Amino acid sequence: MATVSLEKLVKRYGAVEVVHGIDLDVADREFIALVGPSGCGKSTTLRMIAGLEPISGGNLRIGGKIVNDLPPRARNLAMVFQSYALYPHMTVRENMGFSLKIAGQKPEEIAPRVEEAAKTLDLTHLLDRRPSQLSGGQRQRVAMGRAIVRQPEVFLFDEPLSNLDAKLRTQMRVEIKKLHAKVQSTVIYVTHDQVEAMTLADRIVIMRDGHIEQVGTPEDVFQRPNSKFVAGFIGSPPMNLKDAEIADGHVVFSNGDRLPLPSRFRDRVTAGQKVTFGLRPDDLYPAGHGIHSGEDADVYRHDLRVILTEPLGNETLVFSDFGGAEWVGRMLNPRRLAPGEALPFCFDLSQAHLFDGETGKTLRG
Amino acid sequence: MNENTKARLNGLLLSAAHKIGLFLAMTVICLPGLWIVLASFRPTVEIMAKPPVWIPEDLSFDAYVAMFSGVGQGGIPVIEYFRNSLIISVTSTAIALAIGMAGGYAFARFRFKAKSSIFLGLMLTRTVPGIALSLPLFFVYSKLGIIDTHFGLIMAYVALNVPFTIWLIDGFFRQVPKDLAEAAQIDGCTRWQAFWQVEFPLAGPGIASAGIFAFLTSWNEFALASQLTRSVNSKTLPVGLLDYTAEFTIDWRGMCALAVIMIIPALVLTFIVQKHLVSGLTSGAVKG
Repeated sequence: MATVSLEKLVKRYGAVEVVHGIDLDVADREFIALVGPSGCGKSTTLRMIAGLEPISGGNLRIGGKIVNDLPPRARNLAMVFQSYALYPHMTVRENMGFSLKIAGQKPEEIAPRVEEAAKTLDLTHLLDRRPSQLSGGQRQRVAMGRAIVRQPEVFLFDEPLSNLDAKLRTQMRVEIKKLHAKVQSTVIYVTHDQVEAMTLADRIVIMRDGHIEQVGTPEDVFQRPNSKFVAGFIGSPPMNLKDAEIADGHVVFSNGDRLPLPSRFRDRVTAGQKVTFGLRPDDLYPAGHGIHSGEDADVYRHDLRVILTEPLGNETLVFSDFGGAEWVGRMLNPRRLAPGEALPFCFDLSQAHLFDGETGKTLRG
Repeated sequence: MNENTKARLNGLLLSAAHKIGLFLAMTVICLPGLWIVLASFRPTVEIMAKPPVWIPEDLSFDAYVAMFSGVGQGGIPVIEYFRNSLIISVTSTAIALAIGMAGGYAFARFRFKAKSSIFLGLMLTRTVPGIALSLPLFFVYSKLGIIDTHFGLIMAYVALNVPFTIWLIDGFFRQVPKDLAEAAQIDGCTRWQAFWQVEFPLAGPGIASAGIFAFLTSWNEFALASQLTRSVNSKTLPVGLLDYTAEFTIDWRGMCALAVIMIIPALVLTFIVQKHLVSGLTSGAVKG
């Protein structure tokens, strides 16, 4: 059993507070991803959990026990570093068996466990090499091997894939997911890449400026973002977020362009209120090229002029001008579009989001 | 002549010039050493001859034989000098390395008050020529009664070497990524184990070079040693060279022979350690 609980966890460097009393409960065997822009405190939080950074306030419990002041070795966790942090003077075998050696295990006990982990990660043929003789992806796997050999209760990952190229990253992402299914440990995974978080995690924790913005399943944070920040951070390409004002049942943008206010928001806003209107690219599409047919009642049709397109093969991202700003739409079953071409677009308002113009908090309809 | 041929020719010329330059530089560096070795085998007449005799005609081991003979037969207490030199150099190097490792590690890894001022202060001590301190040092030592002791010289050499070893070792610890010690701690090491298992082996080449430097400084030091030593109790080899100067004569051949005896251990040590001075040992630790 390895639950991890953060209770009002605070980190201060001198007078500067960088993590402001965050609360989080990680269930046993859960895969939690901490995401946020750089400097949001996610790595600091992870390092506090690891015991590499002293905790300035609050409590940290692992398996129910307060471990605030225990050194890393007493917390029974393993960590994969962004830099891999392999010991360059040791072979892969020695790297992977190092923790067991330090724990005082005999060589004949260490060998089978290293072999087994190497087999899992397809590293058997590399066991006698040194880290300098390995490629980035191989080093990454060794770093993971070093972690699983220990059979820890909690795995910590600190942006483990950010040094790999795009293709390898996708591949390793799958490996990590498989690994979690196999070893069944609790995982806390820090990344700035929301795609990694969405694909891997059971629950996502979105952090910003040392606070937790939202905790939820990938579906939750994607479909029901708590704030403008979460809405803009999760999803690729990001949600269209445009400042607007409410006026006689419409959302009015800076240049006077307007969209009808979806009925579910009627009671939530008052005329003259400043809001931010949010619409995902999937919900803005040329008529006949969307996920939905575009025949629903809540779809608003409007002609837009195409500024630019990004063809991705199975779909095309269409940039167009509306309300004095640039909007991104997603065109499925694409056909070739010329810049400057005007065509009817569907705004799927049933999927629209409204955020308070001042606080950035969501206005749920 | 087309451009490729020209470029190739240019490259050839450059590399030839490079080699000739290197050869000249090496000659300038090596010739005095070679001359000392040669002079230790030839009679004084030949050493002092003008114009110089380039090709020795009469080689002998007389100087070496005489050196180890008893008093009155041109002998000097080489064994004692050698022993003193060895004890003083090895001990002072070991202490300077221990302090240098502790200090260098602290400067590389920890944040503390007035860190840069302390570091600068240490470096400033290097700007004072050792000989300028010899008189005050002499007074202090004579009051303490540690003139003509191993202890006195060891103290002086440790003080001389510590700023340098700290500076050099600090640089090498800085090159060892912090992540490695942290990974070791996660892997179950204490801070102390992480240092010895991971950081120390990786900074090894730097520590070895600091060691060589400290050893050679102590081994070759003359100015302070000549002030602070009196007898065979503590005289080191460089001071021993003075035994070959008499009131009216200098035995150049004997002096050169003793110089050769001095050079050999330093050379051997450097050869042994230099193969450990492999740089780039940390490559592969982290991405890059």
